[in-house]
Amino acid sequence: MNGRILEVVGLTMDFGGIRALNNVDLDVKQGEIVALIGPNGAGKTTFFNCITGLYRPTKGDIFLYRQGSSRASLKGMKPNRVTEVGLARTFQNIRLFPQMTVLENVMIGRHCRTSSTIFGALVRNTSTRMEEDSIIESSHRMLVKIGLTQYENEIAKNLPYGAQRRLEIARALATEPELLLLDEPAAGMNPQETSELVNLIQSIAAEGQSILLIEHDMKLVMNLSERIFVMDYGKKIAEGTPEQIRNNPTVIKAYLGEEVDA
Amino acid sequence: MISAGELKKSLVVSLWFAFLTFPIMVVRVDPVESTVLWRWHNMVYVIVGSFFLSIIFRYLLHRRDIQTSRKESGQSNPDQTLIHRWLSNTRSRTIIFVSLLAVALAFPHMPYLSSTYQVNIMTTALMYVVLGLGLNIVVGLAGLLDLGYVAFYAVGAYTYALLNYHFGLGFWVVLPIGGILAALFGIILGFPVLRLRGDYLAIVTLGFGEIIRLVLENWGDFSQGPSGISNISRPGFFGIDLTLDQAIIYIYYLMVLFVVVTIFFVNRLQDSRLGRAWIALREDEIACQAMGIDKMKTKLAAFSLGAFWAGIIGVVFAAKTTFINPASFTFLESAIILSIVVLGGMGSIIGVIFGALVLILLPEYLRALAEYRMLAFGAVLVLMMVFRPQGLIGSIRRVYTYTPTKKGTTS
Repeated sequence: MNGRILEVVGLTMDFGGIRALNNVDLDVKQGEIVALIGPNGAGKTTFFNCITGLYRPTKGDIFLYRQGSSRASLKGMKPNRVTEVGLARTFQNIRLFPQMTVLENVMIGRHCRTSSTIFGALVRNTSTRMEEDSIIESSHRMLVKIGLTQYENEIAKNLPYGAQRRLEIARALATEPELLLLDEPAAGMNPQETSELVNLIQSIAAEGQSILLIEHDMKLVMNLSERIFVMDYGKKIAEGTPEQIRNNPTVIKAYLGEEVDA
Repeated sequence: MISAGELKKSLVVSLWFAFLTFPIMVVRVDPVESTVLWRWHNMVYVIVGSFFLSIIFRYLLHRRDIQTSRKESGQSNPDQTLIHRWLSNTRSRTIIFVSLLAVALAFPHMPYLSSTYQVNIMTTALMYVVLGLGLNIVVGLAGLLDLGYVAFYAVGAYTYALLNYHFGLGFWVVLPIGGILAALFGIILGFPVLRLRGDYLAIVTLGFGEIIRLVLENWGDFSQGPSGISNISRPGFFGIDLTLDQAIIYIYYLMVLFVVVTIFFVNRLQDSRLGRAWIALREDEIACQAMGIDKMKTKLAAFSLGAFWAGIIGVVFAAKTTFINPASFTFLESAIILSIVVLGGMGSIIGVIFGALVLILLPEYLRALAEYRMLAFGAVLVLMMVFRPQGLIGSIRRVYTYTPTKKGTTS
């Protein structure tokens, strides 16, 4: 039953002479929470940027298996197409639409699932109006789910930091992704906000949402994820369950350095 | 309130100013008598005047800083001015709009106030309202700095002039053609600049505007070069011949109609799925793409819809003046239209309307001060940018609210 949803094969990314990603393989199964960890500069964000179309990988391929249809290769797709196909992401440094309200931010997420045209905007025919209503309604429901209703008409930039992070997740979920990519969702959060975030991610996952996340907070990663991929210097150095990763000597070496015999 | 240090700074400013203006304010050479007249009293005026202006400027800056710090600590919200409260209420907005429209309709028949000259000025101002609203789509909503907007205006004007000159086509036939052709040029400009942002985009659009003007100026066989095209027909009125005065009033009413139509459409665009996509594009391009918005389509839509209005007004311009040449489409025009948008308030429809009226009517009515009006114009722009960077009337957008009664809860 638990089929693959994302399969990355031999992903390689060169920036000039620098190989930021070297032959990385990764897969995410349906309904799974997978974490991607690694020291700073390991290439985690580059990896995200490659699979979401912001960068075009030098080699390798990315496949998304959608429910009820065959696999789609994401390589070379533009970022907006990738989102349309079913891969939504958040950003390491928050990228909300600062001057728009919280509700509008989520409404933007509905853009690729709706279709009214310039003509519809000018004439405001019944189908356009119904679509607008449904956008507002589903965006509102998303805010209820994420727990941001008290900020609904607030300008996004005025939100507390933790709420901004959550809004980014709400906005990404509004695109109805097959797989949700979270880039360091707990960065800069205090312990209380982090534990709220863990609850939120778990409740999203409980509804069957597959999640791939990058994170530095080891406690969060060990708690949440079912499988972990570890990267260092652009290469995958380990994969496995949290237990396996905790005891993996290569991972310990990458994080803490090698023991030197005196 | 104002420290000794600031007084000292103002003193330095005034002395520096006296030095700068010395050649023009103090020295006067009489070429006939071959004597030099030293008007030292002028220097005193300059020093005293600039000193006080500088003090006032510093004081206002000081007050602004206090206000912003108060705003940041959340004590008061300066954006909630009276006008803002009026305008965010649908009912009072309708009242304002209807009364403005009534004034506009009654204007040509007001005794004492109106004359052919006044109506003409007003028509020009209304044309700039539409141009401002068109550019507002590109600059205010989509956040794409376009310095060559006048090119689309020229496309519209020349479309009518040439079609009228060669084929005798009338105003109403050419009106949509002019708009659509300008929109096509918007797309032509849009393609190469899709990847550009900010400064680079501004430079390319500036170049585009100049290219169109230079082509019109130098391709004599096509556009008759700098001598322009004359004897363009005025708009027809059900085949009735109008006298000059009647024609002027007729064009005025046409412009009132166009302004209303433009406001209607721009307002609807702004509150639509596309309008939201534009604003998202302005706010954060990368996040916008990551949310599944096609950057290319959205930008091209902004360029072409913005250009469309310029094309329409270009046709009206050619019909109104009955003579056009490339000198009407210089960079200064683009700059004025951009000033209207920025001064009025980016992304704000009512702001752009007021911006156009202020920027077009003030220089006309200040003709008495003809020599200083460009100086005053510049000073007003500088002061506006320092004290009200959000424009005369900041953007007021529809607040989307969820009303659960609409369809019930479908869960």
